[in-house]
Amino acid sequence: MPRLRLRTKGNTVDHSANHTPRTMLDTIWDSHRILSRDDGQDLLFVDRHFIHDVTEPAFRMLRDRGLAPRSPGRIFGTPDHYVPTHSRKATAINDPERRTMIEALTRDARGADITVFGLGDPRQGIVHVVGPEQGLSLPGMIIVCADSHTSTHGAVGALAFGIGATEVGHALATQSLWQRRPGRMRVSVDGTLGAGVTAKDVILAIIAKIGVAGAVGHAIEYAGSAIRGLSMEGRLTLCNMSIEAGGRVGFVAPDDTTFAYLAGRPYAPKEAAWDRAVARWRRLASDPDAVFDREVTLDASEIAPMVTWGTTPEDALPITGRVPDPDAAPTAERRETMSRALAYMGLTPGTPLEEVPVDRVFIGSCTNGRIEDLRSAAGIVKGRKVAAGVDAWVVPGSEPVRAQAEAEGLDLVFKTAGFEWRYAGCSMCLATNGDTVAAGQRCASTSNRNFVGRQGVGARTHLMSPAMAAAAAVTGRLSDVRRLMAGA
Amino acid sequence: MEPLQRIEAVALPIAQPNCDTDQITPARFLQKPRSDDFGRYLFADVRFRADGSEIPDFILNRPEYRAARIIAAERNFGCGSSREHAVWSLHDYGIRAVIAPSFGDIFRSNCLKNGLVPVVLPEDEVKALLDGLAASPGAHIAVDVVEQVVVFPDGSVRGFDIDPFAKHCIVQGLDELDYTLSQSSAIESFERDYDERHR
Ligand code: SF4
Repeated sequence: MPRLRLRTKGNTVDHSANHTPRTMLDTIWDSHRILSRDDGQDLLFVDRHFIHDVTEPAFRMLRDRGLAPRSPGRIFGTPDHYVPTHSRKATAINDPERRTMIEALTRDARGADITVFGLGDPRQGIVHVVGPEQGLSLPGMIIVCADSHTSTHGAVGALAFGIGATEVGHALATQSLWQRRPGRMRVSVDGTLGAGVTAKDVILAIIAKIGVAGAVGHAIEYAGSAIRGLSMEGRLTLCNMSIEAGGRVGFVAPDDTTFAYLAGRPYAPKEAAWDRAVARWRRLASDPDAVFDREVTLDASEIAPMVTWGTTPEDALPITGRVPDPDAAPTAERRETMSRALAYMGLTPGTPLEEVPVDRVFIGSCTNGRIEDLRSAAGIVKGRKVAAGVDAWVVPGSEPVRAQAEAEGLDLVFKTAGFEWRYAGCSMCLATNGDTVAAGQRCASTSNRNFVGRQGVGARTHLMSPAMAAAAAVTGRLSDVRRLMAGA
Repeated sequence: MEPLQRIEAVALPIAQPNCDTDQITPARFLQKPRSDDFGRYLFADVRFRADGSEIPDFILNRPEYRAARIIAAERNFGCGSSREHAVWSLHDYGIRAVIAPSFGDIFRSNCLKNGLVPVVLPEDEVKALLDGLAASPGAHIAVDVVEQVVVFPDGSVRGFDIDPFAKHCIVQGLDELDYTLSQSSAIESFERDYDERHR
């Protein structure tokens, strides 16, 4: 290898000798650095590797080279992208290729002694819901998975990022990855969120402000009083969509909210080990005077319930707005992009967003398929009916979420109103399991991407919070949830 | 991975920002085995009708661009999903370099693992390139990885940056895994110490 020198890093991070203020990104990064190359890339140790039913190509690459996973005990899997949501039986999958994807996960994991929460296991679900829920995603970890929404796990105070198939093969074989340290970006949201405004609205407002490439090359640390005030579910929603802002990594410093959420989870440390872990985790937060490469601030009180109108997540507006007019765009390029998006979405400039009718409603996904999301949606649905002609679904993010919701009677609230109540999986977020939105249909969706064809060829997606999706379901159009809230 | 020193070929202009990996390879093809020719799935939903016939308007279906092996695009190319299938589609079609002002982070690293060079040039230079390609459809450009330059249709030359290690791997057709495996003892001793610290 020409021009390539390696340096082995000392394994202990010595804070005492160094009074330079540090960010949480640096603290976690440095404590996982095995080697550094002189081209600026570091070999990072991976604490946790999640796999799912699109990991087959990586296992194949490994087998082709005669290699096996190095540290099966650090790897956990669950099928999510291809699982049926009307049944828990693999035989219910008519498409043989899809069935093969799930079977491959089971086979590859079993062959390597990797734990998988398979179809029918009460712990199965979307991998980004399952990890934190089982206490497998913990503060201070480096977490990887062949999925861009791995950023979700940053909500517990970890550095978590999505990787491609070749990197998955590398991580399986070596429990490590070469990475270049991203830039340090802090997004601070201070103040109090208004009624009906959720973490989903916060992240859509952030993306609308900085754009879908706003955080490219950066890790986002979310901070500020409004972020501190979010529940773990809210933080998971927030970090989930970091990738929609262009950031591969998004995280929140762990605090009492984090520890309360994780305590007692099946794979979280117990007893004395728990106390030692919490003491370590409390030291992860960025120093108060740490310096960031980029700073963005938002005022929580100015954020309204948001919806998207176009075909990228930055095309988001407060629900009180109107479909924008491409003629008012600042550049010819933007005019062209907006016109194309509006033509795909079948929208006319100037139409009040609240007058846009919907055909489908999807409440679920790794963004908004957690118990708090279902409670929030059920709060709006209770005592109301799904509007005539609307096909509305609730797909819990995991089987434990489904069980919890059923214990609370939320399933009955939804079913009584006319919703379909499904089993856990990715479902209509990506439509790879066959749960699709038909061409030309308009869907109010709590997922994370409104890309062209994302929910099915020709499908029109409007992203929003669970409460807003519930409001759309019962009114039959995009609606300001604040109008439907108790006491409003 | 095939070695790649230099490529000179027709360049396809994609004058659109935020071209996401769902567009490059729609999700329904994620269930296809890698042994498939993923080139058939490239831009499938805008390139083909439901019956499989070509949509003549789509730029890649125009005769002068069919032989494209380089893409020039606007900012944030390859944003969205981590699917390496997007890179496989480009690769299998024959694309060996993409030039844009910026790339989705995961897509960019997936490119480097598959012998596809992500070339970052400043926004105004990419704009000039896109304009030049639109003005003379089917024009050839060159991407020289060894020299780290792009040769525009008018013969003018622009330099670009690439990580030395990534460059080495692309030029030699090597992959990183063998190299990391040669460092196994460093990983082992790190892990022992790491576990000790986390008891
Ligand atoms: S729910 Fe959607 S975004 Fe999340 S992992 Fe599944 S397909 Fe990906």
